[in-house]
Amino acid sequence: MTYIEQIAPSLLAGAWMSIKIFLWTLIASIPLGVLVSLGLLSKFKPLRAILKFYVWVMRGTPLLLQLIFVFYGLPIIGIIFQRYDAALCAFIMNYTAYFAEIFRGGFQAIPEGQFESAKVLRLTKWQTLMHIVIPQVIKIVIPSIGNEVVNLVKDTSLVYVIGLGDLLRAGNVATARDVTLVPLVLVGVIYLAMTGVASYALRKVEQHYSKWR
Amino acid sequence: MLELKNITKKFGERTILDNLNLEIPDGQILAIVGPSGAGKTTLLRCLSGLETPEQGSFLLNGQPFDPAAPANAEQIIGVVFQDYQLFPNLTVLQNITLAPKLVLKQKEKAAEKQAERLLQQLDLAGKEQLYPYQLSGGQQQRVAIVRALAMEPQVLCYDEPTSALDPALREKVGQIILSLKNEKMTQVIVTHDMDFAKQTADKVFTVNALDALGGDSV
Repeated sequence: MTYIEQIAPSLLAGAWMSIKIFLWTLIASIPLGVLVSLGLLSKFKPLRAILKFYVWVMRGTPLLLQLIFVFYGLPIIGIIFQRYDAALCAFIMNYTAYFAEIFRGGFQAIPEGQFESAKVLRLTKWQTLMHIVIPQVIKIVIPSIGNEVVNLVKDTSLVYVIGLGDLLRAGNVATARDVTLVPLVLVGVIYLAMTGVASYALRKVEQHYSKWR
Repeated sequence: MLELKNITKKFGERTILDNLNLEIPDGQILAIVGPSGAGKTTLLRCLSGLETPEQGSFLLNGQPFDPAAPANAEQIIGVVFQDYQLFPNLTVLQNITLAPKLVLKQKEKAAEKQAERLLQQLDLAGKEQLYPYQLSGGQQQRVAIVRALAMEPQVLCYDEPTSALDPALREKVGQIILSLKNEKMTQVIVTHDMDFAKQTADKVFTVNALDALGGDSV
């Protein structure tokens, strides 16, 4: 017990780093994902082509590679990030691409009649989007978004590669130093708690949207 | 008086509406009857601004108007779609008051009062807080009618209003259309239901399959 008390501060500090990356990635990449998905559906071909390429690259290469590239690669062309900023940048770009694909599917699932009905009622495009389309899209995409959110919790462990002290790294350091698996068991428990909270929150959102069909 | 003058609409090579002329006096009901694919729905879509005809003009009381006028413009044509297209994420009351509040800038209280009055008139009192999926087909259609009426249109159009209804409901929607006529609402009904058209309309305009919909109605 005293051993756990000893290592708890470093594990919690690592967990806090993981949570920060998790939250900022989510807060930035969901709205960005909506915007990119609208771009993917736009009638302007060059924009569509650029965004398709972006999504293809982001989904087609490992996030680990993207992290390394942003932190070690971009300085070559003069773009220098701090470790933490580099991690956020890579995570947001990567998750925006995944969310954009999910939202694109959601938008395409809305019947044309909903847009026409809104148009005949003289609603503007923006009003139609905000009051009618986006609420329906959210309901459609919640399960897929939920998968990505749980993945994101676990993906935060990749930041060790650019030397950030996250939860998994804190556990690894303690295990190597003290030659015991206890820290890693604790790390597993903390990840489970974090994914548990995320899943619970998502279930609440899902319930909120189950009032209508 | 609603007038359609020389309306021509083509899809690619195919002419759907060929120099069509129609006149509907105020407060009258015109039924457009014909088989599927004859261009009835295309006509309704042009009238409501969802399609733009290649040629022709629309006049209301002698004044030309653009059915595809930009959003937030004054409502001239209201439409009740065949599949109603209620917004599933909004309650009955929200479905009805959304556009009056956002477009006509009605105050929330005023919009709700008007909605409640119309709901009462169409036997839907007490359904305000339900979502569309909790309503029967006939009730959904009546909500769609109320939603269109709440925008205070000059002309109300129906696309196949009887296609999904059993005989009792068919009679009911007929009664609603006639009661709106008593309130001087000009109405256009697109249908393949000849009996319904004859029972309800002041004038029936018949179109044939294969021919482009054209010519003069009067």
